[in-house]
Amino acid sequence: MRKTMLRCVVGVLLSMLLAGCAREAAAPAVHFFAEGQPPTLAEWNLLRVADGRLKLNAGVVPYDLNTPLFSDYAHKLRTVWMPQGQAAQYRADDAFDFPVGTVFSKTFYYPRGAAGGDAVLRSADEGPDLRGGGLELAKVRLIETRLLLRRKEGWVALPYVWNAEQTEARLMRGGALISLSLVAADGQREAAEYQVPDQNQCAGCHGIDMKSKALQPIGPKARHLNRDFAYDDGLNNQIARWTRTGYLRGAPAAAVAPRDANWRDPKANLDARARAYLDINCGHCHSPKGPGNTSGLWLDAATREPMRLGRCKLPIAAGKGTGDFRHDIVPGRPDESILLYRMRSDDPSVMMPELGRSVVHTEGVRLIRDWIAAQQGQCG
Amino acid sequence: MSKQIPAFALAAAAALTAGCGPEQPQHTATAQVAAGDAAFAERFRTRLLDAKPGEVIEVPAGRYTFDRSLTLRVDGVTIRGAGPDKSVLSFKGQKAGAEGLLVNASQFTIENLAIEDSKGDGLKINEAQDITIRNVRVEWTGGPSTKNGAYGLYPVKTRNVLIENSVAIGASDAGIYVGQSRDVIVRNSRAEFNVAGIEIENTVNADVYDNVATNNTGGILVFNMPALSQQGGAIRVFKNKVFKNNTANFGAKGTPVASVPAGSGMVVNSNDDVEIFDNDISDNATTNIIVSSVYSTGYKDDKAAKDFDPYPERISIYGNRLSGGGDSPDGFDLKALKTAIYGLNGRFPDVLWDGYANKALKDGPQICIRDVSGVINADGPGGYKNPSQDLTSHACSLPKLPAIDLKRG
Repeated sequence: MRKTMLRCVVGVLLSMLLAGCAREAAAPAVHFFAEGQPPTLAEWNLLRVADGRLKLNAGVVPYDLNTPLFSDYAHKLRTVWMPQGQAAQYRADDAFDFPVGTVFSKTFYYPRGAAGGDAVLRSADEGPDLRGGGLELAKVRLIETRLLLRRKEGWVALPYVWNAEQTEARLMRGGALISLSLVAADGQREAAEYQVPDQNQCAGCHGIDMKSKALQPIGPKARHLNRDFAYDDGLNNQIARWTRTGYLRGAPAAAVAPRDANWRDPKANLDARARAYLDINCGHCHSPKGPGNTSGLWLDAATREPMRLGRCKLPIAAGKGTGDFRHDIVPGRPDESILLYRMRSDDPSVMMPELGRSVVHTEGVRLIRDWIAAQQGQCG
Repeated sequence: MSKQIPAFALAAAAALTAGCGPEQPQHTATAQVAAGDAAFAERFRTRLLDAKPGEVIEVPAGRYTFDRSLTLRVDGVTIRGAGPDKSVLSFKGQKAGAEGLLVNASQFTIENLAIEDSKGDGLKINEAQDITIRNVRVEWTGGPSTKNGAYGLYPVKTRNVLIENSVAIGASDAGIYVGQSRDVIVRNSRAEFNVAGIEIENTVNADVYDNVATNNTGGILVFNMPALSQQGGAIRVFKNKVFKNNTANFGAKGTPVASVPAGSGMVVNSNDDVEIFDNDISDNATTNIIVSSVYSTGYKDDKAAKDFDPYPERISIYGNRLSGGGDSPDGFDLKALKTAIYGLNGRFPDVLWDGYANKALKDGPQICIRDVSGVINADGPGGYKNPSQDLTSHACSLPKLPAIDLKRG
């Protein structure tokens, strides 16, 4: 608590956090477990259920990404916390270099529809609505909170699954399947087998270097974070905010830092939107060092060579994932492109990504379809 | 070339209706196992999470059902069952995950168990070394189907790999597939009713011996594909039984193996330094041995080909016992070629070469062939217009490749 108070007193945090500190003077500080696997999320004291809301404890900073990973239309509340006096070191391209003791949390939730019951809304994630001091529990169905924590030996992932009463999230290292009914704006229902990954499967995405096998955060990179967030005290660029509150060192002005497109921004360049979408959804695996490197298809932000990005590229070990097509991307012909075919599938043996979704991301498919359709030329 | 793929498929369909279709697989009697402990499945998953190097995870006799993939990331672990017909990890009804078991860990041994009916690949081992797969059965129990998972046993980007006494049945791509790997032995194993029985792809230094490959679309394939991390070579295939690989191709079109004509015994494609000797190869209806380049599979990518050698070179075929086959090639082009040269009732000789060769190479392709009924150079580069049956250009010999030593003690 002293640490938290100190932060508040030195004015590192802004008014809403100050108010929070004052009001919840009894709340213990975030507890970083340097080892072990606490069986409940509550022990971390990162988030707390109070007054009908899921609230963030002092020093726990919410953030959002320009273009987020798709996970069965789940909405996500992302937070970062670092120990007193510690800060991440800015890096232009990779995830920032975070200090030991850093804890990321990502809470997956769905807005509840008017239908009630098991039905949840199938809607775009506009960012968490934290007005009033946290997520309003009556309006959302909490699914799971994943922690990614930086220990001395490296990053560790722990998945916690919320109970139906939304009072407690328990460690579920073996993962789980959760049946959901997604209701679209037009009333259409779609069944989803939402998968909580088991602890090993976290590495399916976060193990971005097959050789080292070390886990890495994916989202907290300059290009993903370089955007405004609706803090309690107003809109503020996240890189600037993290710098000002002492969570980030060495960052340039936001205006010159890399910045991914928002994939849903109709005013943004189509190529930039598609590349941002492919980078966050595919690039952690499909990169020179990632698990998907066996395919020779690299979709990370750094890759420039058209063939590596799939243009007229032959599939490798795709099995029936080819959909009877011959190239990953056929310029101008999205419906003959394996990349789009695998995005359009919900068959676990065909679909891409392999993990993290059980339904098709219709809007993402539309974006990539438009992107391929706009490409010129033909395959030899 | 893209037009040829439907032609192959049509020919396969025609063959089926004509009653020359695949025999049904003879299933191993897996129904005999004791009912599995439902709780074991979750315990097993947790043991994979918590495994320590050196640990042996036993799978007692029983059938254990998983609705999601399993993964292992800890080095030095052994997974050991009570026998491939006794301890069964079943993924029938799998709802999530692209593999049955995915391993990213070295010094890994898996033995004496079965993996059945995974949605995608059966056992995938990615970027690891010192791998032993012994007495493992991977099977899709419903018989050959395009809906089956792609690969049975699938080490990729691995080093020092031993696969022995294992069985792969029903893979819609390859039963035993070693890709982009180095120092590999596949022996005493059986591949049946897969599109490709055993496939060694973009792999350097492999010995494939004492295996049985039958009832696949293609028996044993040695392939190189463009645009990958390494080009393969130095592969010895010997003492195998490769017969009646006449199952209609049920691979998804667009996969390289979908271009393999049904009835292919052995196929060497765009690979260098391959030695094929002392095998029993018989009754493969297209032909017993095919030597080809990526050009005639239709999977060459112009842009990727810059640093890729598409031509098979230094291929040595000798001392095999060959019989039958070549009498009913799959696909319109091959059927027409066979009929034109050998007549309606004739048959292809033991070796079919597509004829693509690098003209700039001083010594030629050095495809050295002995002890065969004949060879046909299909004249792929000339549009299949002037096929040749000249054996004299193949009357050469090459130094023998060294045996693979995995240095396992």
